[in-house]
Amino acid sequence: MKEPLLEVVDLSVSFKMYDSLLERKELKVISDLSLTLYPNEVLAVAGSSGSGKSLLASAILGLLPPHAKIGGKMYYQGRRLTPALQKELRGSQLALVPQSISYLDPLMKIGKQVDGHKKPHPASDRIKLFEHLGLPKGTEKLYPFQLSGGMARRVLVSTAILSSANIIIADEPTPGMSLEQSIEALSMFRQMADSGKAVILITHDIDLAFQFADRIAVFYAGTTVETASSEDFRTGPSALRHPYSKALWNALPQNGFVPLPGFQPYAGDLPQGCPFSPRCPMSTPECQKTMPPTQKIRGGEVRCIYAT
Amino acid sequence: MQLEAKNISFRYSPKQPWILKNFDFTVNSSEKVALVAPSGYGKSTLALLLSGYLRPVSGEILLDGQPLPDKNCICPVQLIYQHPEKAINPRWRLRKVLEESGQLNNDLIASLGIEPAWLDRFPRELSGGELQRFCVARALISEVKFLICDEISTMLDVITQAQIWNKILEQAEERDIGIIAVTHNMELAKRISTRIFDMTK
Repeated sequence: MKEPLLEVVDLSVSFKMYDSLLERKELKVISDLSLTLYPNEVLAVAGSSGSGKSLLASAILGLLPPHAKIGGKMYYQGRRLTPALQKELRGSQLALVPQSISYLDPLMKIGKQVDGHKKPHPASDRIKLFEHLGLPKGTEKLYPFQLSGGMARRVLVSTAILSSANIIIADEPTPGMSLEQSIEALSMFRQMADSGKAVILITHDIDLAFQFADRIAVFYAGTTVETASSEDFRTGPSALRHPYSKALWNALPQNGFVPLPGFQPYAGDLPQGCPFSPRCPMSTPECQKTMPPTQKIRGGEVRCIYAT
Repeated sequence: MQLEAKNISFRYSPKQPWILKNFDFTVNSSEKVALVAPSGYGKSTLALLLSGYLRPVSGEILLDGQPLPDKNCICPVQLIYQHPEKAINPRWRLRKVLEESGQLNNDLIASLGIEPAWLDRFPRELSGGELQRFCVARALISEVKFLICDEISTMLDVITQAQIWNKILEQAEERDIGIIAVTHNMELAKRISTRIFDMTK
C-alpha cells in the first residue's frame, strides 16, 4: 500500500458563538470526519450545500477563524499537521483554488498576481498556461473587475497549477465555465495528479467528477457518509452503498431528476443517530439510536447500518 | 402570451463593444427555452434586458406587442438570479422579503419546501439553496407570465436543484408561465426545456 500524502482522522470543527447575550454555545459543523489522500489521486468531495465541504478545505490549510475549535488529527506525509507546519506548507506544498472569485486582489493586475511576488516560475510558463486555458492575450494586463466570472475562475485555477504544490485543494473551481473549459481545467488537475501529486476536488458538478476523479467522498451534515470509487458512481445506484449517494445519483438531470424531499438538518440541530435518517426511505428506529460507524463494504467506506 | 426581443442592440457604454447587435428572440408562454452559449456571449445581459432591468440601446422588448410596464408596478416578467444571497435584502427577515412581493401564499411556500421557522430568520442564517427557494417563491407572483432563470442552480447540490426545478416546471405547467433558463449544463437544459436556443448561432 502506498504511503498516504494526507490523512485526516476523526476531524471535528466547532464554532463558539453567543446564544443569548451572555451564554455561549458550541456549534459543531464537522464531526468524526476521516479522509485519506494518496499520491496520484484525485479525490472528489460532493454533497449538499452547507455540509462542511469548504470548512474541510480551510481546516486542512489552517485558515479557520480564531473562534473555531478543531478536534482530531491531520497528517501530511506522516508528519502531524500543526498550525506551524500548516503555515510553512501553505502556498508551497498545499495550494487552494478558492471558491469565491473575490479572493483575487482587486488592485493588482492579473499577470503579477499569478506570477506571485517571489516569481518562482518564468513568465513563459504562465503565458503557455493562459493560452491552454483559453484566456485571451492581454489578460495579464487586466484588473480582476475587468474579467468575466468564467475568466476569473480560470485565473484562480492557473495560480494553483503554476504552484509546485503537492496537494491542490480546489473548492468549486468550475461554476461559470462552459463544459469545454471545465473539462480543460479538470484534465489539468488530472495530469497533475498523474505526475505524482494529489488533488481534492470539491464540486457540485458530480457528473464531471465521475469522469476525472479516482474516488468520491460524499458529505452530509458535516461528515462523510460514503467514500467510493468513481467507477461505482458511473455504474449507478446498484453499485453505491449509502441511500444519500443513491439519491444524489438519481437527482442528476440525466438520470431521472428525482428530488428527494426534505432538507439537510442544521448544525446544532442534528437528529439523534444517523443525520440522514429523517429523509431516508429505509430509516428504522434503530437508525435513530447512534451515529452509524464507518464500515468497509465492497472496497468502499460507508456509514449506514443497512448498507449492502 | 409572447415575449419578444425585437432587433435589439446593447452595450454598457459607448466606449465598450456591442454585447448584442440586432438580436431577435421570441418566446411563447407555453414554451420553456434553455439559453446556452459560452461565457461572455451576453446571456445574463439578455436576461436583464428581457426582464426590464436594462433598456436596450436600440430595438424593443415587447410583451404581447406592448412595451414592458414601467417601474413601480408589478412586472409580469420576473428574473431569478444565480446568487440568491445578493438578491435579498440582508437586513430584512425573510417574512418581510415575501411580504414585499405580496407572496405569503402558504401552499406555495410549503410546496417549495420552505419551513415556517425560516420566515423569522435573516438571510445570512440560511444556506444558498434555502434562500433560492425564497427567490423562486417571490418570483412566482400571480401576475407572472414569464420567468427568467439565470443559472439559478449552478451553486446548488443536485438534489436541491431537482427540488427547485421540479417545482418551477409544475407551476409553469399549471399557470401557463413561459420559462427562459440560462444554463451551462446541457443535461439540465435537455431535461427542463422544450427548445434549446444557442446564442452563438
